[in-house]
Amino acid sequence: MNPYARSIASTLALACALLAGCAAAPSKVDPFEPWNRAMYSVHEVVDGNVIKPIAETYVKATPVPVRTGVSNFFGNIDDLFTGINNTLQGKKERAGDDFGRVLLNSTFGILGIFDPASEMGIAKDKTDFGITFGKWGAPQGPYLFIPLFGPTTVRDGTGWLVRIYANPIGYIHEVPLRNWLYGLNYLDTRAQLLSAESVLESAALDKYRYLRNAYLRARRYQVYDGKPPPEEEEE
Amino acid sequence: MIYRWVSLLFAAILALTVTAHAQAPAQEAPDVLVKRVAEDVLQTIRSDKDLQTGNQAKVKQLIESKLAPNFDFPRMTALAMGRNWRSATPEQQKSLTDEFRTLLVRTYSGALSNYRDNAMDYAALKMNPGDTDVTVRTAVRRPGQAPVQIDYSMAKTAEGWKAYDVIVAGVSLVTNYRDEFNDAIKQSGVDGLIKMLVGKNKGPTPK
Repeated sequence: MNPYARSIASTLALACALLAGCAAAPSKVDPFEPWNRAMYSVHEVVDGNVIKPIAETYVKATPVPVRTGVSNFFGNIDDLFTGINNTLQGKKERAGDDFGRVLLNSTFGILGIFDPASEMGIAKDKTDFGITFGKWGAPQGPYLFIPLFGPTTVRDGTGWLVRIYANPIGYIHEVPLRNWLYGLNYLDTRAQLLSAESVLESAALDKYRYLRNAYLRARRYQVYDGKPPPEEEEE
Repeated sequence: MIYRWVSLLFAAILALTVTAHAQAPAQEAPDVLVKRVAEDVLQTIRSDKDLQTGNQAKVKQLIESKLAPNFDFPRMTALAMGRNWRSATPEQQKSLTDEFRTLLVRTYSGALSNYRDNAMDYAALKMNPGDTDVTVRTAVRRPGQAPVQIDYSMAKTAEGWKAYDVIVAGVSLVTNYRDEFNDAIKQSGVDGLIKMLVGKNKGPTPK
């Protein structure tokens, strides 16, 4: 396991444990709002001055086919975890498609750089451990905003810890290659968020709140497979 | 004699009106409308370099001419205001509708050039003959990414079907704004919200 990922993981675990430990009013989704807002400000400064410019340069300087190849490579690993989670959620057919995609793309798609499975009509799906835990009945727990990581909750964050520990890239023994792949993975993810971010920028009156509410609703929608029960009126 | 002429005239006018109505095309079904507009807009973006590079004047014109007429902005605003709508004066309601419309058009303008590589899937519409409120389900596909579901809540109006909410991956635009509006009103009243929207709309156009 890579020390970088491990330190992120343990920091996150610690944060989760600390925050879950002092969880207050269970009816409120965001009991740590002041803390989260502070973290959001930290994120905006660090991300806005360092990460975002790098991601923008990456998008400008790299030809589309190369970027698509990079996204496909990491997307192939995502497909593996989507398959595992669809299995855990009891969606056998969907999981079969996910594993079929990984098999095809890892071989004919050369380590996932190409996506022949999509061209053959096997659609990509997306789910994760947080959703699986939700389907098993785990509540979201308090909302958390983690700088350089983004919106999450105690439940979803725990799911991410599992994902980080199990990441196949972590098993690569050659340290420079492994770190390089971690960095590229992060950059690819960040670059994909640029357009969504510009929407947030112009749509929201309060970005922190808008992002939080959208995140929680989207996650809830996924846990209920697109048929969530009506929301309780908060007052 | 004059009576006969008048009655003939009326008959003629009546006949004209009836034929005019008969010749007007049957009202377009909501799913057909969504598909036509979406494909039209995508095609326009794909074939116009200025739109792809984000020429704001052209983007705005495309949205105003092709997209905006299919949305019921007053209804969207009323829904986003929720229970606060009735406590607003007619002048406040008008300002809110205008500013909210501007905000949505601006947001869409910023995002539109990203849509070039998108392809759309359209689900079969479940609708009974007398229905006046339906959900049109679509999905956006982008290369290398899982499809994103986009649903349009649509209602039948005197000028055809119009969308009053867009639900992206389970997140309703109107509901998300209801939280925003509610909190803003709690903090600084309806006028405070209007001021906030005006300020937001005067800000730099996002890229």
